[in-house]
Amino acid sequence: MRVVFKTSYDRDIDLHEHGQSRAKIAVLLAIMVALPFLVGDYYLAEAANTLIWALAGMGLMVAVGHTGQVSLGHAAFLAIGAYADSALMNAGLPFLVSFPVAGLITGLFGAIIAVPAVRMSGIYLAIATLAVFVIVEEMVILLEPITGGVGGIMAPSVTILGISFDRYAALPNFYWLCLAVVAVVTWGYANLMRSPTGRSFLAVRDSEVSARALGINVTRTRALAFGLSSGVTGLAGALMGHYIGFFNYELFSIFISINLLLVVTIGGLGFIQGAFLGAILITAVPQLISILRDNLVGIGIDLSGIPGLDTMIFSLILIGFIIYEPTGLYGRWLKIRTWFEIFPLARKDMFRRQKSYLKTERMK
Amino acid sequence: MSLLQVEDLAIHFGGVKAVDGVSFSVEQGEVFAIIGPNGAGKSTIFNLISRVYPPTRGTIRFDGRDITGLKAHDIAGLGIARTFQNIELFDHSTVLDNLLMGRHTHRGTNFVQDILFLPKVRQEEREHRRRVEQVIELLELEAYRKKMIAGLPYGVRKVVEIGRALAIGPKLILLDEPASGLSVEETRDVAFWIEDMRRDMGLTVLMVEHDMSLVNQVSDRVLAMANGQPLALGSPAEVQAHPDVQAAYLGTGAAA
Repeated sequence: MRVVFKTSYDRDIDLHEHGQSRAKIAVLLAIMVALPFLVGDYYLAEAANTLIWALAGMGLMVAVGHTGQVSLGHAAFLAIGAYADSALMNAGLPFLVSFPVAGLITGLFGAIIAVPAVRMSGIYLAIATLAVFVIVEEMVILLEPITGGVGGIMAPSVTILGISFDRYAALPNFYWLCLAVVAVVTWGYANLMRSPTGRSFLAVRDSEVSARALGINVTRTRALAFGLSSGVTGLAGALMGHYIGFFNYELFSIFISINLLLVVTIGGLGFIQGAFLGAILITAVPQLISILRDNLVGIGIDLSGIPGLDTMIFSLILIGFIIYEPTGLYGRWLKIRTWFEIFPLARKDMFRRQKSYLKTERMK
Repeated sequence: MSLLQVEDLAIHFGGVKAVDGVSFSVEQGEVFAIIGPNGAGKSTIFNLISRVYPPTRGTIRFDGRDITGLKAHDIAGLGIARTFQNIELFDHSTVLDNLLMGRHTHRGTNFVQDILFLPKVRQEEREHRRRVEQVIELLELEAYRKKMIAGLPYGVRKVVEIGRALAIGPKLILLDEPASGLSVEETRDVAFWIEDMRRDMGLTVLMVEHDMSLVNQVSDRVLAMANGQPLALGSPAEVQAHPDVQAAYLGTGAAA
């Protein structure tokens, strides 16, 4: 077991406690940067898709995992991001401008609807965000000049400083673009969580009444979290639009919202890493199942006649996680790591959930 | 002038008069205790001072300023900290983070600076940590610094909550039953800390407590209440000898 000898407060403020974890991140980043040279186009496109989902997952994680606000409306923010970015590019703005502005527009939209919405919590907030989703979906269909209505629009090709970042013509470039955006957002997110703002998010999540007693403006904090959440999701939506190429309102269906919720729940609520693990699971498992099915055909078992089998297996995996590992993939990883770190001192009941002490009855 | 002045305070929930016409004032540097049987309205007074509920009637003045109309999140910034009867900590954070959350009113950075983690943020984090470490040292929480609240024993949580209130750097601290559920040794520690707060930190303490040994040991003045109304105000010995107080706790011969 490693014991870090700390000699200054900075060791606790730094993102990484010791050099080894910093090195691990560097190695991971290097592998990710080198990926276009290591794998073919199919897998590279899948990797870009996973990165986009991880970005959207981080967006939702701010709201659900770190501020405790369930949202069923995040597909709407993906849509707003995608359409705003395409509309701005069609209006002649370069991607370097349209992309952040699309995120900003989505973030502002999220913050504005959050002001009334975040006064609700739990299932009520989920229903309110679902209503927002339905409204946005209708708006997308009605705003035909910008969104192409039911027919949909073609996302403009991305060019930065004369270099093509087109998803088909220059896939490695597009992949690196996604990677860069994800890396920057992850860094900002990690910074946020070690700062007063991030702590106020956690405070609001765990006990509103004591957050208030500490001087935290609960409504403003929740609106800020929701705004940041939608902003990041909007960025993911813009990238998703370019990734898909041609899209209409159906791309941003309610199932996307639910899948996003699964990303954060199965990945591990309250962990940035959880958004990544969840995104990997949600994008890779359907692919794995279909690859597996194709291989079964090779040995004489043909399952293609049974409709919905893929979805069923996928759902079973998800249900299994929710029942047996509510802390998600990252929570499971932490348990495994702890088991090895303190080997052989781990006890069977070490991670059993404890009954928590009585909370003050909700006031107001 | 008194640090905290409560005048004719009342709150009615429908027909229930939880607090009905209570007046008292707490002097700078004093330890003031409120006692009374269950349902007397002691915790409700705390909730009124920390603006969880709006009062039906009456005013609360702190440091000469009327705080009756302020929002709940404005109270900490004035220098009033509180603990809760049934511990309200942030269970999924470490002790250190819980204490750092107590420094919220002292933050000088906005969320954009936080996301970029500008040098100013780091500088402030160091200062917050330094102040929090003073609290950790006072309350002897060193061993628990990096432990999650969810796994801590009740007595330690109780202390962490006092620590979080102290991290605010308050002028007035409201302790809601600081000794409930604590062992005799732990209660004695609480008594020492209250002495420290008053003597070394210059704090004014307002507490609700059932443990009369703690009340007798630390408090300068005691207010006894029953059914939302004040019964007696004075030194601990005076209040305990008061016939109305004894009637409220033990019942009267006539009623029995």
